[in-house]
Amino acid sequence: MKQKSRSFAAADVLFILGMLAPIAFAIILKVLFIPASDDIEITGAYIFFTLKLPLFDLPITEAQINSWCVIISIFFLCLYLTHGLTAKVNTRRQHLAEWIVEKTSKLVADNMGEYFKSFAPFICAILGLSAFSSLMSLTGLFPPTSDINVIAGWSILVFILISYYKMKCGPLHYLKSFGEPVPFLAPLNVISEVATPVSMTFRHYGNILSGTVISVLIAAALQGVSSMLLGWLPGVIGEIPFLQIGLPAVLSVYFDVFSGCLQAFIFAMLTMLYVAGAFPAETYKAKKERRKQTANSK
Amino acid sequence: MLELAIGIILGCCALGAGAAMIAGIGPGIGEGNAVAKACEAIGRQPECKGDVTTTMLMGCAVAETTGLYALVIAILLIFVAPGRFVDILMKTLG
Repeated sequence: MKQKSRSFAAADVLFILGMLAPIAFAIILKVLFIPASDDIEITGAYIFFTLKLPLFDLPITEAQINSWCVIISIFFLCLYLTHGLTAKVNTRRQHLAEWIVEKTSKLVADNMGEYFKSFAPFICAILGLSAFSSLMSLTGLFPPTSDINVIAGWSILVFILISYYKMKCGPLHYLKSFGEPVPFLAPLNVISEVATPVSMTFRHYGNILSGTVISVLIAAALQGVSSMLLGWLPGVIGEIPFLQIGLPAVLSVYFDVFSGCLQAFIFAMLTMLYVAGAFPAETYKAKKERRKQTANSK
Repeated sequence: MLELAIGIILGCCALGAGAAMIAGIGPGIGEGNAVAKACEAIGRQPECKGDVTTTMLMGCAVAETTGLYALVIAILLIFVAPGRFVDILMKTLG
């Protein structure tokens, strides 16, 4: 294997720094600005400051800052993985990058069909963003996915996509789809249309939030139990919460790693299924053929 | 008198949160059924273990939704509702 040039290595170091710097920035911000407390506290995202906009006030919260940190980290991760691509695969990172691209393309092709092949980058982005946002809680930071606003934003994006693909056959066909199977069920159809993004939001947010709440409660309970067992020891020894060392980490494997990755996968999967299901493929095909025929007959 | 009113608000919020989580029964039974059927399927056809597991996790996550609705309601009742109700009480009392 030939020696890497110096500029190549320098760029690598830059990319790795770019991956780690946003996380370090978020941690520093947390240490400097967010008041620490000894009690158990389950609160939402900390509000750093509020921007005064003409129409409404925009609070800049921890969730926003952390999700931008995740976005920048993933950006540099992608740059790192695709740095120095060659036609003949010989580096580990190129294997990884190609594996990710192939897996996502296969997933999208299996679940959405040939027409939606161009959706693979979007699905991969949602998957990566959601998974890394949930995994951010491993560093002790506030995971952006346990703020309802972040997930609601993603769900609204998915809702817009669904509506766009439903309108592919014209707005009239879209409106007609509400009157099925019988016209007087239209209000129920509207409700089920709106329920899609709401349920996607609550599913993702509720899972991550419940993990956080249960982790905090169990950590507090372990502190109580250890002070009950060992509180009679004199001095500092009695105050150290022995049971809190290591035990919460076991739960964190389920609540942070497994649950976070599973919810990311499910969010991406539901996005694929809803968008592919919203597209009236046969009507679209028939309409296209009819249009071709009229164009030929002219 | 005001203390009594605030106490009733807090107590009822806690009771409501507890009652909301009765909904946890539904997803429990549903996911249990799903996993039982998945186990049967894997026992019958061990070669499609991967597909069955993926589909089962997907179905479990969707079945969990109603439980999570209850969870969100319970969390709102514990952390958000008391403050809001006490505010309303103070406003009406002047």
